[in-house]
Amino acid sequence: MSRGYLLSLPALVLFVGLLILPLGLTLVLSFNVFDYQVGVKADEWTFAHYLSLFSDAYFYEIFWRTFWISALVTLLCVVIGVPEAYILSRMGTPWRSIFLILILTPLLISVVVRAFGWSLLLGADGLVNQVIQFLGGRPVKLLYTPFAVIIALVHVMLPFMIIPVWTSLQKLDPSAEQAALSLGASQTTVMRRIVLPQVMPGVLSGTLIVFGLAASSFAIPGLLGGRRLKMVATVVYDQYLSELNWPMGATIAVVLLLVNLLIMLSWNRMVEGRYKKSLGV
Amino acid sequence: MAFLQLHALSKRYGAVDAVVATDLAVEKGEFVSLLGPSGCGKTTTLQMIAGFVDVSGGQILLDGRDITHAKPASRGLGVVFQSYALFPHMSVRDNVAFGLKMRKVPTAEIASKVKTVLELVRLAPHADRYPRELSGGQRQRVALARALVIEPPVLLLDEPLSNLDANLREEMQFEIRRIQCAVGITTLMVTHDQAEALSISDRVVVMQAGRVTQIDAPYKLYEHPRTRFISDFVGKANLLPGDYDQLGTPQVRHESGDGELTLSLRPEKIQLVDAGTGRLQGKVLDSYFFGSQWLYRIHTSLGEITVVRSNDGSAPLGCGAAVGLDWQASLLRVLAADEVRA
Ligand SMILES: Nc1ncnc2c1ncn2[C@@H]1O[C@H](COP(=O)(O)OP(=O)(O)O)[C@@H](O)[C@H]1O
Ligand SMILES: [Mg+2]
Repeated sequence: MSRGYLLSLPALVLFVGLLILPLGLTLVLSFNVFDYQVGVKADEWTFAHYLSLFSDAYFYEIFWRTFWISALVTLLCVVIGVPEAYILSRMGTPWRSIFLILILTPLLISVVVRAFGWSLLLGADGLVNQVIQFLGGRPVKLLYTPFAVIIALVHVMLPFMIIPVWTSLQKLDPSAEQAALSLGASQTTVMRRIVLPQVMPGVLSGTLIVFGLAASSFAIPGLLGGRRLKMVATVVYDQYLSELNWPMGATIAVVLLLVNLLIMLSWNRMVEGRYKKSLGV
Repeated sequence: MAFLQLHALSKRYGAVDAVVATDLAVEKGEFVSLLGPSGCGKTTTLQMIAGFVDVSGGQILLDGRDITHAKPASRGLGVVFQSYALFPHMSVRDNVAFGLKMRKVPTAEIASKVKTVLELVRLAPHADRYPRELSGGQRQRVALARALVIEPPVLLLDEPLSNLDANLREEMQFEIRRIQCAVGITTLMVTHDQAEALSISDRVVVMQAGRVTQIDAPYKLYEHPRTRFISDFVGKANLLPGDYDQLGTPQVRHESGDGELTLSLRPEKIQLVDAGTGRLQGKVLDSYFFGSQWLYRIHTSLGEITVVRSNDGSAPLGCGAAVGLDWQASLLRVLAADEVRA
């Protein structure tokens, strides 16, 4: 064996042991027969879980909800994150690092803690409703709605959009913008025709990361969506821990993985196809 | 009145005076170079003219119109950046067409203008390539074409050749001058390379620490540098102590030590003659061969003196050879003390 393979062995062991192996086991589990009396029958095989998943409207609803919430979160992250990254890249020396750190610090706090923070804010007698009542309005149901899940997901995912966009902004030649200005372009034209096309690779990575993380997110839908507003990951959790139907949970997890993969790959192809020729990515 | 005029133009960055009260008048069709060491304020001056840097004081007049505070877009100047600043996501054709599209020129006219200018810079066969598929010299030409196609009143070039290798730099020097002559466009070029400034400009503006210290035609600048700094920065110079003789003409003081005058003598103005003859005796320290010429460093009683002798076929001198040095007294230049530190 060559030296290169030998050196990559530790990473390989980690990769196989912590990712491939559990994934493989999950896949195997999803084909196991499940019996409510006995539990998992490790040596009996069936497609029943997949059939019941594809024939149950409940699961379609859950998957559809997960998709549109993740897509909306991704869109909001683009709309907020791209201008934010641009402004950040235009800041003077002390402020830029300060704001960059401010944007990144939430990553140091557990998602669970942040979700609880949001539930305190959005609860029936939370700060937001107190303000609404103080201003003379009627309290609004915020917690356990898609709104709560989306706002918290955007909050958590924003750094994952800002960082790749920021990285591709770093590669921009500021004099290209000046050149465009001197050629008669307005500031908005410069943004639209010079800056945006060049940061598209960053936006693309950002959308892939955000969508992937949002579609498989568990803590936030679990804590802010509650019993009623299920997303795929929380349903998987229910199957494993409430129903104790591990094979069904594994089936949903496998399907989520495949759907996620399919969406992300086609999105990547679509966007990259448009920009590949010009940007050479 | 001159076509482009700077009146007491100044720029302060906090405590740093980047440009101090600069006056300059560029005539229509003229090629002027801003020459100075790095950090002397050349780029800042150019950027103030282009409108990318706010002016702290003074005035910029273009064809009589005050453009001191005009937006870059409304000045309509052609700018070529040191980094070329091409749009990496656009083909050569789209890069060049960008300015015309911004001006809402009809499509057919854009196509013909882009074609003409790409032929001028000899890039017509590469119109559909992307900047990353071009060599440095070709990118430079795209940048030039992009600035020229809008037919700007003034072309501003910031160190246009500094990212090219030596051979290409010389080729592009000729190219820039050829294009400038063909179009007849008023051009202001920034450079820190004195050879570049001398070879292609009509006039050279020497800048030092934010100030203009001499403005002259290249030949005049080379032959009559005003200060010690300029004589050293523009070409090579031997600085010799001297004083005035009874008739008031400057002469080299033969005993070493500082004379009352600083004299400049260009290396190629010195003849190497037989030992024992000439004005000064010396010994060759070392020699360097440049193809068309030899450069000798010679140890004399006045210190080290550099002599350039064209390679006219005569036998080269070996190290340690004793030689005499001779020159015409009229070629000695008296230098003023430096009023600013570079
Ligand atoms: N944006 C800026 N902020 C602060 N100082 C600057 C800025 N741009 C240039 N300077 C200073 O102004 C001086 C002149 O810079 P510049 O015009 O770029 O010089 P040159 O182009 O001749 O090398 C330098 O001392 C530089 O440090
Ligand atoms: Mg500069």
